[in-house]
Amino acid sequence: MLLTWFPILVTLAVAALVVGGMVTINRLTGPRRPSKIKGEEFECGNPPTGQAWGRFSVHFYLTALLFVVFDVEVIFLYPWAVELRHLGMFGLVEALIFIGILTVGLVYAWQRGALDWN
Amino acid sequence: MTQFNWSLINFAWLPILPLIVVAVGAMGVLLAGVQVDDEDSGALGILTIALLVFAAVLSLLLFGGRPSVAFSGALAAGGYTAYFDLLVLFAAAMTALMSVEYAADQGLAGAEYYALLMFAALGMMLMAAGDDLIVIFLGLETMSIAIYALAGFMRHDPRSNEAALKYFLLGAFSTGFLLYGIAFIYGATGSIKLEPIEAALSRPATDNALLLAGVGLLLIGFGFKIAAVPFHMWAPDAYEGAPTPVTAFMAVGVKAAAFAAFVRIFMVHLGPLGPQWTMVLWVMAGLTMTVGNLAALVQTNIKRMLAYSAIAHAGYILVGMTAAAAPRAGGAILYYLLGYAFTNLGAFTVVVALERRGAIHDNLADYRGLAARHPFLAAAMALFMLSLAGVPPLAGFFGKFYIFSAALDAHLLWLTIIAVINSVISAYYYLSVLIAMYVREGGVEPAALRTRPALIATLVIAAAGTVAIGLFPQPYITSAAGAFVSALGNAPHHHVVLSR
Repeated sequence: MLLTWFPILVTLAVAALVVGGMVTINRLTGPRRPSKIKGEEFECGNPPTGQAWGRFSVHFYLTALLFVVFDVEVIFLYPWAVELRHLGMFGLVEALIFIGILTVGLVYAWQRGALDWN
Repeated sequence: MTQFNWSLINFAWLPILPLIVVAVGAMGVLLAGVQVDDEDSGALGILTIALLVFAAVLSLLLFGGRPSVAFSGALAAGGYTAYFDLLVLFAAAMTALMSVEYAADQGLAGAEYYALLMFAALGMMLMAAGDDLIVIFLGLETMSIAIYALAGFMRHDPRSNEAALKYFLLGAFSTGFLLYGIAFIYGATGSIKLEPIEAALSRPATDNALLLAGVGLLLIGFGFKIAAVPFHMWAPDAYEGAPTPVTAFMAVGVKAAAFAAFVRIFMVHLGPLGPQWTMVLWVMAGLTMTVGNLAALVQTNIKRMLAYSAIAHAGYILVGMTAAAAPRAGGAILYYLLGYAFTNLGAFTVVVALERRGAIHDNLADYRGLAARHPFLAAAMALFMLSLAGVPPLAGFFGKFYIFSAALDAHLLWLTIIAVINSVISAYYYLSVLIAMYVREGGVEPAALRTRPALIATLVIAAAGTVAIGLFPQPYITSAAGAFVSALGNAPHHHVVLSR
């Protein structure tokens, strides 16, 4: 019984070895020249301005939400497209219903002004 | 290359017709709401009720149908599903009816409110129909996410925000337990569908420890949803802060849907494990009844009191589940939920009647002297309180009677004694509402009821149901028992649970 879990133990060991090895080798061989900019919390090239607790426009959230919806739609449509022949008419109709429901959401958001930037 | 299959014939859409109506209706209400001013949202409420009634008529046509499965065994159709569909649709329609004037008075944005109500009902129906743990999970999430939003619908009221946040955090946490339990059960049995899971129970190769861990996690997940002790802490705050019609829907609809899935999984399909899980439920039922009733005694806010009362009633229903060995237990639970739905919806409608924008009036003290000012309102509240207390010949009495006799059939003498003692304790706080209304003086002056015809209609329907289900219990208990048996019909390998 326990033997069936052995491959998982091996996977864990390999994962620990690879990650640990990379970090160790990096530490031993990599050059280290610390500077003020490198020591910042968010190292993105630009000096940070203001606090992270500032207020954002709610439009960022609306856009992000709409993005997630259509992002997920694409994720579902890829495997569907690959299997379309196998799924047949039933799969086509189901995908159309799925897209239709998401379109209702988009129309609703649009009509409510979620896409207006003024 | 395979030929493209043009056929649509194998698509079993008839069993999900009520679901389709509610889903399309919810989207329609959402889109229609964009064109309608928020002040005219009453029309959307009427449209919502019409759609829910239409779906209920379709469910009624499916009620007598032979038990069958759709979508390769993921959904079960038949009496059990139709019974809970009707119960959930009724609760949603009553909630919409009591909201029509409330929403206008409180300035709630219209279309989203009714659309979320319908989406929640959709999730509940999916939970009742699910013969597959993932479908039940999807239904639970559809329902819960809509209810989280509804609980926080009064955006400018801190109490409503608190209710939504607490309900959301604990709800999401409990969903994790449920999903983890499903994963364990899948690991032990190799299936997420209830029938193959049941078949796997009798195979000696099934890993029992893994299975029992999964079943335990499912118990915790459902325990949160039905607000059973010790997973009830969110309920009073969420019930108090949510808009009152939403509280009613949470107390009736969410509870019915959670028990629909809970009973189907445990009593119908996990029967062979009965000796293990009934032991846990015994303790849970006893704790839930006692803690719920004792905490309700000291409440001064009527919504909090009704929240603890709802916890206590979940305990009585758990007594019915603990009595799974008795053949009558399933029907008794379904009957109990029906009577409880009418009574509780009615009680919350009275609470809605006393509320005005900016003047919430949900303290027990506000009910003093209500009988002198509004005899009709007070009489209705008295009826609902007596039914909740279990006074014959009202719906609440026969619900308890059937559950307790099923418990005695299953030789649960001590649990029945605890339940009866709890019923006596509960009479104290239900009757204290009557004393406030009829004996004491003071309180607040609610605005004239005459301007609120929808509220009167809700009250009349709830009161008529509470009396009718109690006075003539026979047809209802027969359909409830028949509905439960039809769920067993979906499970060909059914074993009767042997008593411990």
